[in-house]
Amino acid sequence: MQKRKLSALLLGASIASSGFAATEIEWWHAMGGALGEKVNEIVADYNASQDAFKVKATYKGNYSETMTSAIAAFRAKQQPELVQVFEVGTASMMAAEGAIYPVHKLMRDSGQAFDGSKYLSAVTGYYTDNDGNMLSMPFNSSTPVLYYNKAMFAKAGVTPPKTWEEMQSVGEKLLASGAKCGFTTAWQSWVHLENMSSRHNQPFATKANGFGGMDTRLAFNSPLQVKHVSKMGEWQQNGIFSYSGRRNDGAAKFYSQDCAMYTESSAGYAGIKKNAKFDFGVVELPYWASEVKQPSNTIIGGASLWVLKGHKSEEYKGVASFLNYLSSADVQADWHQFSGYLPITTAAYNLTKGEGFYAKNLGTEVAVQQMTVGTPTENTKGLRLGNFIQIRGLIDEALESVWNGEADAQSALDNAVKRGNMMLTKFEKANK
Amino acid sequence: MTVTFPHKTLPWLLVAPQLLVTLVFFLWPAGQAIEQAFYQEDAFGLSREFVAFENFIELLQDPYYYNSIGVTLVFSMAVAVSGLSIALVLATMADRIIRGQMVYQTLLIWPYAVAPALAGVLWWILFDPAQGPIALWLEYMGIEWDHFVNGGDAMVLVVIAATWKQISYNFLFFLAGLQAIPRSLIEAAAIDGAGPVRRFWDIVFPLLSPTAFFLLVMNIVYAFFETFGVIDATTAGGPGQSTKILVYKVYEDGFVGLDLGGSAAQSVILMMIVGLMTVVQFRFIERRVQY
Repeated sequence: MQKRKLSALLLGASIASSGFAATEIEWWHAMGGALGEKVNEIVADYNASQDAFKVKATYKGNYSETMTSAIAAFRAKQQPELVQVFEVGTASMMAAEGAIYPVHKLMRDSGQAFDGSKYLSAVTGYYTDNDGNMLSMPFNSSTPVLYYNKAMFAKAGVTPPKTWEEMQSVGEKLLASGAKCGFTTAWQSWVHLENMSSRHNQPFATKANGFGGMDTRLAFNSPLQVKHVSKMGEWQQNGIFSYSGRRNDGAAKFYSQDCAMYTESSAGYAGIKKNAKFDFGVVELPYWASEVKQPSNTIIGGASLWVLKGHKSEEYKGVASFLNYLSSADVQADWHQFSGYLPITTAAYNLTKGEGFYAKNLGTEVAVQQMTVGTPTENTKGLRLGNFIQIRGLIDEALESVWNGEADAQSALDNAVKRGNMMLTKFEKANK
Repeated sequence: MTVTFPHKTLPWLLVAPQLLVTLVFFLWPAGQAIEQAFYQEDAFGLSREFVAFENFIELLQDPYYYNSIGVTLVFSMAVAVSGLSIALVLATMADRIIRGQMVYQTLLIWPYAVAPALAGVLWWILFDPAQGPIALWLEYMGIEWDHFVNGGDAMVLVVIAATWKQISYNFLFFLAGLQAIPRSLIEAAAIDGAGPVRRFWDIVFPLLSPTAFFLLVMNIVYAFFETFGVIDATTAGGPGQSTKILVYKVYEDGFVGLDLGGSAAQSVILMMIVGLMTVVQFRFIERRVQY
């Protein structure tokens, strides 16, 4: 009897509390360290700004861990309302129509003012469907740039290379001046194949890089990419290039001043600033002058926020309100300036510019300019490939076989295309 | 004479917790993996299609899969052989030391408490071609080291990282085995004029063989299944495919690539390989073990 009374009391209490308390919204993200603290700060500010909704942000590990746990949670019907998914997971999310709630629809259903044209098209392009509807909310986007060591450049008497042709002579002079290596890179597939292709307005895959349908097939074994990879293989042998791993381990060689240059995400800026004990500069990613007169825009990396189905409309109202808050100019500009990620709206970009941030922090605007040059074409809008995580893995393998001299560029890329196409076929079949 | 229990149910009750653990944590997931291996499914579980043996056929037609099997065999043999031999040497030496024995033993057992991923990262940093002290020392000695480019270097690195931790485990068992060998036997041999090497091979090693056999099985199982943390935290299977062991491929395809059917098929094959190897070990090697 005593027990029953107690449980009745508890029930009453829980009903009462749910009546008063704000509607809770779960957001799973992959932002660790300083970025994670910033995310918590943004969430706290939002929660303090109103009292109808309460966002609860949870760090779920790295990008693939976050995505995997959200999917596992969905299968167990325990999914969060909002989840951060990296750009390579985009096709998988899009294909899961029964699981995702497109952002443009969410905004309309919950009556939030939403204008897709306020966003930078180079950023949102990656996340919109063919009718121009935004499916997920871009959150942290970056693009690859070239960082260089000013002291080492002065010693060798060179200026940063604008083109890959110049890289040859700049690299030689650096080596002659005593540098151990010319440049190293992070995220090789993203920088030296995906962005390499878009920078020269060449397809990475057929069917508009996968935007045109799931029957897309890889196309990164054309003369341009073969030439670039083959040259990099040569440079790896003579020291102009020094490979240092699939992720961003290359930073170590840049910090230790073994390498004078480093191709890495624009979002690496904060880390480099903190760790480099020397003056460094940022310039645009080089291009092959023999291939194009004017380079096209680079594409983005990073992540966007996806809304998952299976919750109450009240909760979705909260999600919409939170997303609206996130894309407001103040929040965006603050996030952009703090992290080095790109601003997602024109307003945030102009605000940052107006505050004189770019003038004070030289090099921080390079990525934005490089991203927004020209109008994105079907080759530069982004990539939408199923099983892309695995495809990147096998591209890594192929490139490494070129770096260590086991294979030549043409056969390595042909092979990666062949194996990658099998992944695409598999994805097409599993997501009919 | 055997001891008998009056109860029929008591023995069952006593083994029940263990059975339950096996059922929940081994048989149930293994059964699910077998089922999953015959399906192709999208990541979210929205649609599912029975494809019979297609996942297996695809694997067996993939030359890279055989490459991964080869890498796994090299890796696990290297881990087991170096782990056992180094531990045996250390245990023999620790057994002889009289002063400060506890200190040596404790220090040698310590690495076992380190998580595999941490062990991997630790060695990764020590060998980092740009900054790692060991890599810099190697460079100073005129040996080129670059685990980012050279597959052989990468393999050596993951073997060291995976073995380091396992040496402690092996050491513990070998030391216990050594301490169980009656002193009188060794002393008798010494009186008869047998030197330390002769005493080791003729008396100590045969008496240790059950322990060594048990450890061989455990080490191979360890190398096959528990080392993906080491790989994931360091090479991620590269460069090329030179350190992509089977269990890492299962993880990568299943948990990163979200190809559940293909990954399940791989784990079924992996289970069969390890099952087969255990049978072979018990049938052929165990016969030569003297209990």
